[in-house]
Amino acid sequence: MKLSVEELKKKADEIRILVLEMVETAGGGHIGGSLSAMDVMTALYFRIMNIDPKQPDKPDRDWFILSAGHKAAGYVPVLAERGFFDKDLLPTFNQLGSPFGMHPDMHKIPGCEASTGSLGHGLPIAVGVALSLKLDSNPARVFCLMGDGETHEGTIWEAAMGASQYKLDNLIGIVDYNKCSMDGPIDQVVSLEPIEDKWRAFGWRVIRIDGNDMAQVVGALEDASVPQGKPTVLIADTLKGKGCREIEGDYHWHYGVLGSERLDRTVRELKGGSNG
Amino acid sequence: MASTGLSLVEIEQMSARDAFGEALAQAGEQDDRIVLIGADAIGSTRAAAFLKKFPERTFNFGIAEQEMVSVAAGFALRGKIPVATAYGFLISLRACEQVRTDICYPNLNVKLMATHTGLSMAPAGTTHHSTEDIAIMRSFANITIVAPSDALETVKAVQAVIAHQGPVYLRMGRGSLSSVYSQDYEFVLGKSIEMVSGNDVTIIAYGIMVKEAVEAAEALAKQGITARVINMHTIKPLDIEAVRKAAVETGAIVTAEEHTIIGGLGEAVASAVCESAPVPVIRVGLRDTFSAFGGEDDVRKHMNLTAQEIIRAVGKALAMKRGA
Repeated sequence: MKLSVEELKKKADEIRILVLEMVETAGGGHIGGSLSAMDVMTALYFRIMNIDPKQPDKPDRDWFILSAGHKAAGYVPVLAERGFFDKDLLPTFNQLGSPFGMHPDMHKIPGCEASTGSLGHGLPIAVGVALSLKLDSNPARVFCLMGDGETHEGTIWEAAMGASQYKLDNLIGIVDYNKCSMDGPIDQVVSLEPIEDKWRAFGWRVIRIDGNDMAQVVGALEDASVPQGKPTVLIADTLKGKGCREIEGDYHWHYGVLGSERLDRTVRELKGGSNG
Repeated sequence: MASTGLSLVEIEQMSARDAFGEALAQAGEQDDRIVLIGADAIGSTRAAAFLKKFPERTFNFGIAEQEMVSVAAGFALRGKIPVATAYGFLISLRACEQVRTDICYPNLNVKLMATHTGLSMAPAGTTHHSTEDIAIMRSFANITIVAPSDALETVKAVQAVIAHQGPVYLRMGRGSLSSVYSQDYEFVLGKSIEMVSGNDVTIIAYGIMVKEAVEAAEALAKQGITARVINMHTIKPLDIEAVRKAAVETGAIVTAEEHTIIGGLGEAVASAVCESAPVPVIRVGLRDTFSAFGGEDDVRKHMNLTAQEIIRAVGKALAMKRGA
């Protein structure tokens, strides 16, 4: 499936509505980061990645590892919309017996490659997947989505060194740089700056984009997919809660629920297009 | 020992560590899904024997054990059989959460092969001793825990662990273990081995304490006490039937391990006994204290990990059995 940039913009907003409705039913969810990273996830699943929902285990598929596992509230509706399972299941989110909840379980969610949730684990897992693909001369690529606050974890930098040492040019990291962590604006918690220099110093190719500008997202992901002898990271500047104007950029919306009136207003706006 | 490519005599002359390396290299010949993931200790864990044969299947991540364990999970997701090797305290403490969350929770086929466990790096001190690893690993669902008692058993354990589907923590020492086995035998994961028969009391041990337990039984025999000795090489899943049988048939149990008595084999046995056939259980091990450093034998004696201590514990267990 290769949607155009315009189709992807529309798709991302459709999925944002699925996210907000699902979280509303669940009574709470990680709205902020799920919405900020939605343009990246939509581009990956509806254009960039070689995947087939009918053959989720096909050997030449590209891999997606959700290192920021709490973005499952965004990831699960993406998988549903892409056809890995029935969208009718979304209202079960967070309920006992549901295939999905706050953090994804690879054994329960069709199309989910790794169980994640504790931060800092996904990138080193992605390094293992990428190395094993190289060992098998398999040309598939591994995309790993990290939160910005997640890169406070030391294991991210252990993995950054390892990926560089083994020249994993089949590994593409994406940092969803929405500038907010749970306790506040990230610069006031622990700053990541100079973020580009840090990744470059660890041996990565760095591409900086507006992660809520679909044309830039698609361009960068296509650019990153061309191997250049080293791992690539996309620093995606995003807005926490992107698409819901009333909460955009507010770190308090790491987790929450909109309430029916705000949800109705947001859905109306999203149907008009969040990306203008 | 045709399956290992090594003769019994050759294995007996090896340290358990060397036996581990050789067994791993042999396994690598038989299964090209096996990859070795290290953390700057491939040489000292003796996994280098695998590296020498299969450099393209060996990946060193430097002093980064947490990354090593998560990377191993990534390999397992693609159907490889990753062997992650490091010192026991680093796998169980430093990379504890990665073992639980990345390996055990998704039930991935990762083999954690820990060396230098217990007090085997005696002069290095508590920072380098692994005396809580069994307690930590036991609390994780899905994992199998194996601790061989000599070089031959190490070879057999490596083979069994590779053949097993699912996460395993293989706990090995550092130096040369005295041979416990003088002839070939059948090793089955989860099935303990009766080393000495007896009906008055049962001593259950693993690893280096099996030899001490056998020595204790020999000394007790001279006092007219017949002690059954069980080598509980698989600590999880515990051979509950052998424990229950020991409780019913001998009426008193002593456990011995190079590990804290909190959460180790002793507590596993005590729980199994309480839930099947309650009899006295006395635990030999570190008694809620950190270890000392010094020469290997000196430290073990200082921490009361000896045949003499097992004999004392047997006396206590027998007194309780008599109702004294």
